[in-house]
Amino acid sequence: MTAGATRSATPVVPSRVAFAAILGKDLRAELRTLQSLPAMALFAVTTFVIFRFGLDRTQLSGDLASGVLWATLLFAAILGINRLFVAEREEGGFDAIRLAPIDRTALFAAKGAALLAYLVALELIVVPVFAVFFLDSAAALPPLALVLLLANLGLAATGTLISSMAVNSRARDLLTPLVLLPLAVPLSIAATGALEPLLAVGGPGYHRFGTWLAVLGLYDLIFLLVGYAVFDFLLED
Amino acid sequence: MSTAIELRGLRRDYGERPALAGVDVSLEPGETLLVLGPNGAGKTTLLRVLATLLRPSGGEVRVFGATLPGEAWKVRGRIGLLGHDALLYRDLSGRENLRFHARLHGIERAAAEARIAALLSAVGMERRADDRVDELSAGMRQRLAICRCVLHEPDLLLLDEPDSHLDTPGRELARELIGPSEDRTRVVVTHDPERLLPEADQVLRLAVDGSAELTEAALR
Repeated sequence: MTAGATRSATPVVPSRVAFAAILGKDLRAELRTLQSLPAMALFAVTTFVIFRFGLDRTQLSGDLASGVLWATLLFAAILGINRLFVAEREEGGFDAIRLAPIDRTALFAAKGAALLAYLVALELIVVPVFAVFFLDSAAALPPLALVLLLANLGLAATGTLISSMAVNSRARDLLTPLVLLPLAVPLSIAATGALEPLLAVGGPGYHRFGTWLAVLGLYDLIFLLVGYAVFDFLLED
Repeated sequence: MSTAIELRGLRRDYGERPALAGVDVSLEPGETLLVLGPNGAGKTTLLRVLATLLRPSGGEVRVFGATLPGEAWKVRGRIGLLGHDALLYRDLSGRENLRFHARLHGIERAAAEARIAALLSAVGMERRADDRVDELSAGMRQRLAICRCVLHEPDLLLLDEPDSHLDTPGRELARELIGPSEDRTRVVVTHDPERLLPEADQVLRLAVDGSAELTEAALR
């Protein structure tokens, strides 16, 4: 009797196992090659330097400070988003993952988590640099971390979704920002709205802070659900 | 007992162009199907349909009783694909790649380590297993790709020119893992039929216009 004739369907591997495997692989490869994070950090720091001399200001506050910080982080994030699925595309990882008995949304979750980790690491490096360049106190940093965490979650969900679509295009470097930036407009409005009172002159304020956090949370929820719902179809031929 | 592979009128089109225009095959478990044909005849397309990576445009495809693509999830873990791409990450070592694939296939950590060590030894890659894949020669990558392909002990092997990049000792070592056996059904694409014909139970000849001709081994 041959083995192939008698075995029944192979069990689906638990999503947490697949998630941990893919996330671990991505973080290991990034730690080894440093292909994304250093470029993102260097871009952000350079942009702060350009703003500092371009605006000819040693201090920023309110809407200008929140705009400079968020725009810089958003454009730096695009560098990482562009590279998120490159290894899967160029080294056959998509096929390997599609051949495995796993729920493919584990790939979405793992890539989103990897991007979230890159964004948090980026901010741990560049937000202190922003504070040194433009702020007169560090009092805003703790509540600012909460805003950035929620914004990162939304950006990770949207970025993962867009990156998985754009990676199969030859024009992915162009396609990612063209599709991502319009989708990130609500996120940008909410993030800068929440950051503005925190970076106000005279110390952090909390005017409509809760409202903007709720908008950020809603954005995160919508794009996490959209990603969960459609990601499987994006991997089909 | 169900057949391993049942194809009836399988069609796959790329836009207006038919890559496969009505392929009929019935393969029993443990048998080997040799697929021949010139470049562009749809050999790789056939393997990708059987591997659940491409949706058929028409016809019926059943693998171990599961209808594709609807029931693909039932058979994914039973298929091993050795294609043109090694499906290995260049920035990871061979051993790290195999551990990654073992986890994706749900193999327990201790069992995976033992299996990986045995496979690396079987293809003569123990000493280079911890080198990054991008530091290895094409032949060494192919040996690792063979390990990846059989790591989860698949019932169906889909082999696209499995000997490519392998030297003679490498081919001999690979034969143990991906050669004919009653425990595995094989679909082998090759441009070197002379060597592999003796292993085949059926031969499928594909033409550039998408047509196909199936021959029993006894009649070839």
